[in-house]
Amino acid sequence: MHLSVNGVSKTFGDGRHAKLVLDDISFSIKSGEFVALVGSSGSGKSTVMRLIAGLERPSAGVIALDGKSVDGPGSDRGMVFQKYSLYPWMTAAQNVAFGMSLQGLPRALVRERTAYFLEVVGLQDAARRLPKELSGGMQQRVAIARALAADPKVVLLDEPFGALDLQIRETMQEFLYQLWQRSGITALLITHDLEEALLLAQRVHIMAPRPGRIVRTVEADLDRSNLAHLRVSPPFLELREELVTTLRNLDAAAI
Amino acid sequence: MRSSSSLAGALRNPWVLGPVGIASVLLIWSLISLSGTVDPLFLPSPPAVWQAAADQFHGGILVTDAIASIQRVFLGFALSAALALPLGIAMGSNPLICRLLEPLLGLIRYMPAPAFIPLLIIYFGLGELPKVLLIFIGTFFFNTLMIMDAVKFVPQELLETALTLGGRGLPILTRVVAPYIAPQVIDAYRINMASAWNLVIVAELVAANEGLGKRISLAQRFLRTDEIFVGLIVIGLIGLLIDLGFRALLRRSCRWAS
Ligand SMILES: Nc1ncnc2c1ncn2[C@@H]1O[C@H](COP(=O)(O)OP(=O)(O)O)[C@@H](O)[C@H]1O
Ligand SMILES: [Mg+2]
Repeated sequence: MHLSVNGVSKTFGDGRHAKLVLDDISFSIKSGEFVALVGSSGSGKSTVMRLIAGLERPSAGVIALDGKSVDGPGSDRGMVFQKYSLYPWMTAAQNVAFGMSLQGLPRALVRERTAYFLEVVGLQDAARRLPKELSGGMQQRVAIARALAADPKVVLLDEPFGALDLQIRETMQEFLYQLWQRSGITALLITHDLEEALLLAQRVHIMAPRPGRIVRTVEADLDRSNLAHLRVSPPFLELREELVTTLRNLDAAAI
Repeated sequence: MRSSSSLAGALRNPWVLGPVGIASVLLIWSLISLSGTVDPLFLPSPPAVWQAAADQFHGGILVTDAIASIQRVFLGFALSAALALPLGIAMGSNPLICRLLEPLLGLIRYMPAPAFIPLLIIYFGLGELPKVLLIFIGTFFFNTLMIMDAVKFVPQELLETALTLGGRGLPILTRVVAPYIAPQVIDAYRINMASAWNLVIVAELVAANEGLGKRISLAQRFLRTDEIFVGLIVIGLIGLLIDLGFRALLRRSCRWAS
């Protein structure tokens, strides 16, 4: 699996109202990688993701998955939104099963894989509950299970924990990291939280706004055997501090 | 302490205060007619109205009338609901169709349906068809526009999620849009059913052989206020039952929405 974003720009509107939102974005993700895009709000992160998902078309440049140019949404690129986009009338299990059933998988297989992915996210006991009966963290775990169950080549996560309380956010970060380690998925995480990006991703692209562009790429080669330790370890804090300064200067320059 | 909290509970229970309100009106009505201050020709006593209802019921007229009116309402409304659903969905999901039809429907919606009665009578005579069509005209445009609005407000993320899960046009319509708008559609039907019920009475006042509206206008000719009261109360009760039916349907089929 190889996802490449090559020289992609995006302009919304036309004529006098044209607004350049992304300027010449390039990066790529290989099978099994965990990559993060981080930047302040408005720097165009969600737009990058929507372009990869095929929900928007680039104004210039090419996005390709395994050499094939992306020209619309498809189940090979799964997506998890910040706002719980669970179907409120479906139980947790029905939500997880939805993609597979849209794709016409045999019922028995759907049932088996639904049970499997609910277990992967630790929600086998909540299978029959409606989204409104689940906590925010549980809802996001269902959304992640639903995306994975559709068997995508890459999972796109747009601020998946942005609406959660700090405490739960940390638990969910560790959950996502372990999930990635165990299941060998390929993930692109979008976040405005530098700590989250550095903690989870092997490679972090830092974006600056107006127009959105990648200004720096960091290979975050860290010992992730214990995320709770990593959070407070001196090398991590140093790297974070340095990047926070970078980001702050960028924002100051942009204002 | 205990009695005051149980009183507060009773005040919150809809099955307590509602009947109290109805009972008070019945009481005031009885007192006025007992006092003899109002001519029974204008205000028949509750027992007289009850007697008139019993007579009509035993004579079979009440049931025939009710069935005639209900049939017209259900035929006209079923036609309206069945056509409004696909058209409302098409307008809500396709901006071109919406731009083409919304001004037209918005205009017709403001033409009072009873104003179509003369035209309907010229076209279709005095039979069942013009009455059914009147109910159709009076509810179709509201049903369509309300369904259109419901479709327009389906959250973008729900549609986009389905696309990234491998969904396409028609399956997304039937498996995401339809269930999402179901509560609003049922509620639109409930609200517009009330005007269907109003219209059937208007249509029967103008021309009909039987029906609850027809009975009222006949009663007026013979100054039978007791029968007018019976007609009004029965019309109200049937309308209320239909409304409660829609509410029950909403509660049972859309547990997730509450
Ligand atoms: N559909 C759109 N039409 C016009 N402008 C848009 C659209 N989507 C995003 N934008 C603009 O693009 C910029 C980047 O938005 P976004 O990608 O959501 O940033 P982020 O996710 O980093 O907060 C914002 O200024 C936003 O207003
Ligand atoms: Mg965003």
